[in-house]
Amino acid sequence: MVVIIDYNIGNLKSVQNAFERIGVKTIVSRDHDVISQADGIVLPGVGTFPVAMENLKKYDLIDILKERKAAGVPILGICLGMQILFEQGQEVKLTKGLGFLKGEVKLMQVNAKIPHMGWNELCFAKKHPLLKNIKEKDYVYFVHSYMAYPCEKELVAYCEYGDSKITAIVAKDNVMGCQFHPEKSGEVGKQILLAFKEMIQ
Amino acid sequence: MLAKRIIPCLDIKDGKVVKGVNFVGLQDVGDPIEIAKRYDQQCADEVVFLDITATYEKRDIIKDLIQRGASELSIPLTVGGGIRTIDDFRMILSSGADKVSVNSAAIKNPQLIKEASDEFGVQCVVVAVDAKKRADKSGYDVYIAGGRENTGLDLIEWVKQCEALGAGEILLTSMDRDGTRDGFDIEMLKAVIDAVSIPVIASGGCGDKEDIVEVFEKTNCDGALAASLFHYGEATIDQVKEECVKHNIPVRRNI
Repeated sequence: MVVIIDYNIGNLKSVQNAFERIGVKTIVSRDHDVISQADGIVLPGVGTFPVAMENLKKYDLIDILKERKAAGVPILGICLGMQILFEQGQEVKLTKGLGFLKGEVKLMQVNAKIPHMGWNELCFAKKHPLLKNIKEKDYVYFVHSYMAYPCEKELVAYCEYGDSKITAIVAKDNVMGCQFHPEKSGEVGKQILLAFKEMIQ
Repeated sequence: MLAKRIIPCLDIKDGKVVKGVNFVGLQDVGDPIEIAKRYDQQCADEVVFLDITATYEKRDIIKDLIQRGASELSIPLTVGGGIRTIDDFRMILSSGADKVSVNSAAIKNPQLIKEASDEFGVQCVVVAVDAKKRADKSGYDVYIAGGRENTGLDLIEWVKQCEALGAGEILLTSMDRDGTRDGFDIEMLKAVIDAVSIPVIASGGCGDKEDIVEVFEKTNCDGALAASLFHYGEATIDQVKEECVKHNIPVRRNI
């Protein structure tokens, strides 16, 4: 069972439905007992970095997430939910993140339109189980203005935009994140979620 | 590199699509969700629901449709038609749509664009603009009420204002071309694309897949919207994309 963390940050329904379509049972919850039972945890999110962190604090979710991470439960952050996996964010004001991944989140440094919005091609930086069902140059759907600047060894996939590389997938051990929306990325997104499903079984 | 988007648009009234759609084997030809799912399977990059329901009392129907759409589609959904207030934005986005398209209300109250982008982010605020060339050919005027009412606003001034207020995208419809199937209004698109730095979607006049290739080859628009071309089954979205690939236009294909 996958728990989609409910911390009042954007619509969670489409993420939930995307998992249902591939036959994964999900529960949207912020209950510690429920989260403790999870085989996999999804951290979604649409909004701003400081509000996301404030809400995690407000609902007392930070410690349980740290505990589950240490227990080796696969965790997948999506969009803003991926950004708060990092050490800090500069959106609105400097805010501390969960610190599960090394690096920080800043306004993207790019000579192209911001927000980076639409379908872009994935380039693989290294091998990773999340990529097993897809290939390079497959398209996924992005909507964001801020991006993670991770350390090199935690970067799994990126895409090219203007003259810059945009962080697309990051991972370290059982902690993973997608800047794009797999739940809005058609068949490719579905295949990424299926790969995540295999990790939790 | 970002893909050029191909966007089918469905006109919806009282929860049903207005124009008949020709799909083989489609159970309910009037159900927007069934049709949108077909487009999703054909590799549409986004779907637009344009709600032309006249009465406010029937707004629950569109809410229900958006919820079903968001749960059954694996691509982004844009909803427009009858948006008047910030509460309309809230209802549509919380029901699961990804973007809201606003037209007349933005002209009557431009601050709505700012309020919506401040609250929900620029990425979900699409301003739909209907425009027509002036008789003296000195430029373009912005129209509302389905092209019946000339606002007297200059198109270029208006799109610049939209961008400054926080619009995330312009959906530009040529009233001269809409329904003609003579191809997109390249000249008008170029004028708008030169004036703003936000994405511009071309609409109005698409008659065949060559028109879509033409608009991507001759302008720097980000997407092309069409209705009847796809609804009547004259071309599938995949066929349009195949044609784009032949012309080296970057598009997303089914895997």
